[in-house]
Amino acid sequence: MTNIVIAGLGGQGVLKASDIVAEVAFRAGLDVKKSEIHGMSQRGGSVTSDVRFGERVYSPIVPPGEADYLVVLSPDQVEPNRWRLRKGGTLITPGAIPESTLHNKRSLNVALLGWLSVSLPFPESAWLETIRQNLAQKLHAANLQALAIGRAAAQKTLSVPNP
Amino acid sequence: MSGPDRLLLSGNEAVALAARDGDITLGTGYPGTPSTEILESFARLGGRAQWAPNEKVALEVGLGVAYTSARALVTMKHVGLNVSADPLFTAAYTGVTGALVVVSADDPGMASSQNEQDNRRYAVAAGVPMLEPADSQEAYDFLLLAIQVSERWSIPVLLRLTTRVCHSKTVVRPAGALGPSNAPATFVRDIKGRVMIPAYARPAHRRLREKLARIKEWNETHGPNREADGDRSLGIITAGISFMHAREAAPEAAVLKLGMSYPVPLEIIRRFAGSVSRCVVIEEGDPYLLEAIRAAGLRVEGKPEEYRFGELNVDRIKRILAADTSPEPVPPPGKPPELCQGCPHRSVFSALRNLDCIVASDIGCYTLAVLPPFEAADTCVCMGASIGVGLGLRHALPPEQARRVVSTLGDSTFIHSGITGLVEMVYNPPKTGHVVIILDNGTTAMTGLQEHPGTGRTLEHQPTGKVVIEDLVRSLGIASVHVTDPAANPAAFQELVAASLVTGDLTVIVARRNCLLAAGRIKEYERSAAREEILENCLEQQD
Repeated sequence: MTNIVIAGLGGQGVLKASDIVAEVAFRAGLDVKKSEIHGMSQRGGSVTSDVRFGERVYSPIVPPGEADYLVVLSPDQVEPNRWRLRKGGTLITPGAIPESTLHNKRSLNVALLGWLSVSLPFPESAWLETIRQNLAQKLHAANLQALAIGRAAAQKTLSVPNP
Repeated sequence: MSGPDRLLLSGNEAVALAARDGDITLGTGYPGTPSTEILESFARLGGRAQWAPNEKVALEVGLGVAYTSARALVTMKHVGLNVSADPLFTAAYTGVTGALVVVSADDPGMASSQNEQDNRRYAVAAGVPMLEPADSQEAYDFLLLAIQVSERWSIPVLLRLTTRVCHSKTVVRPAGALGPSNAPATFVRDIKGRVMIPAYARPAHRRLREKLARIKEWNETHGPNREADGDRSLGIITAGISFMHAREAAPEAAVLKLGMSYPVPLEIIRRFAGSVSRCVVIEEGDPYLLEAIRAAGLRVEGKPEEYRFGELNVDRIKRILAADTSPEPVPPPGKPPELCQGCPHRSVFSALRNLDCIVASDIGCYTLAVLPPFEAADTCVCMGASIGVGLGLRHALPPEQARRVVSTLGDSTFIHSGITGLVEMVYNPPKTGHVVIILDNGTTAMTGLQEHPGTGRTLEHQPTGKVVIEDLVRSLGIASVHVTDPAANPAAFQELVAASLVTGDLTVIVARRNCLLAAGRIKEYERSAAREEILENCLEQQD
């Protein structure tokens, strides 16, 4: 089973990002669960969303210290959520995306998904199609660009062998 | 109706899909996290869905629908069932002709609520069968089953969801349409069955208990209760979302998962408990199942008291099974939510803070004014309580303090439960008068921008009859009524409040400015309504 936690602040697109990850895994035929708390989170407060996929998923909540990936959209939300990451898990932060490369800053959520997508076992085409289906047409260009930037940044980083 | 055979849906979306597939005639309710999206999704699927002014009215409308041969779905958050408890308890006596399913969305852990009451108690207290889904698939399946149970035994059914079921997305394979209700709806007179004067209510209560006994019998043999085989050294009895956490926490254990948790299928439980060497009841919230099982004389373990609070999860269940009562790790605090920058409520609560008011507040976004920098809320209890609590404070406090008391509540909250508070104010006015501020931002903001009777638009944002708040207030005989935009001139607003506090009159200030998040949409709805009106006028002229 793969465990992903996406964290950020209300209005940053945390829920949209987790919707996209969950749907990509769903399209691959896997069992998927996605969970978050709505409500007060809409008013600029901390928001987290959990996505789990595999052959069979029971609890929709990623247990503490079991996230394989922690994707954080706001730098100040890294420390409050670090406890969710497992030892050796991957932390993906806004720093992973070269500043000022995004056409639209609001696409940061999708750019970080681009980074994440390189490590997940789903074809790029599934991400493209899911993004198109989840966002309004006028947002497609900016978000597909953001996905490409995230993927390129990840490929560059991941191809550097560990010292 | 045919559709994709595999979907990824939230529990709320799954209930809505089942409402469509189950041919629900009318869905009604009042918005409340985590239940709100059910009716919105049902409307998007083509169902007939509408917001009621509050949950009591919603349940009464649903009951009327179900007194015909039609099917009704009524949705609310857990505290909404307190408001609609009055019709529910007697609806259990009268029963229904069609189907009546009441969704109670509980909020263990209080993600967005003022308490974490466990509404499973309501099933017992009212005497209505209760189904508890564990994921979106069961949310779908159990709504269809609830309709069948309701029709078969002519009884309202409680579908009890929790936040994690409502808002988690999981895979659903829809079973397909249930078959239509007995359309067209017909009325068959049944005076002794539906007019609950004592002479008719006494036999009705007996009939209810007989029905429940028959439903229990059915639940023992045909109910949606499942056993997952496992090592017999540990058996877990559970229901709802706790099943999912428990299965992951103890994959080797034998598990009895109850789908219909009232009437409790005690014979199934007795057999299961007897087949394992250690039997633990795992449930969120109150020890509801534990008490029922122990009352039947069975030896089972419960959870330590500290696990009554908050949601359960995999880690907490591991601790319960290990009888671990050491302090639980506390996750680092996140950033709390706040009133949006540019929110019109900001100028209201700045004024109340500057004037050192005692603020009896209410349920909505503006409850956030309790946090810094405003810290301008002194009470928040339940929908509409601001007015009654404010009046009580005024009655009891010495005059110099009483004159500082203000009640604040939102437009949707006022329509929901504030009107009777104003009636009380007119009928039993405090000696020092009172000041009520209705924060009219043109929407039910906290739950995600839903319409209400004061907006004059339906659930689907179409024009309909509109309750004009200031007209309603004036009609009660309240002379001092002001309508003003608090953000246009904050200093003038503060002066108005200050002046109202010293007059000793009964005063209502409608602080009106659209919610920042809703303003664009509201304009769009108004434009499209205006276009329709012009079009209709043109057509009339052509006739």
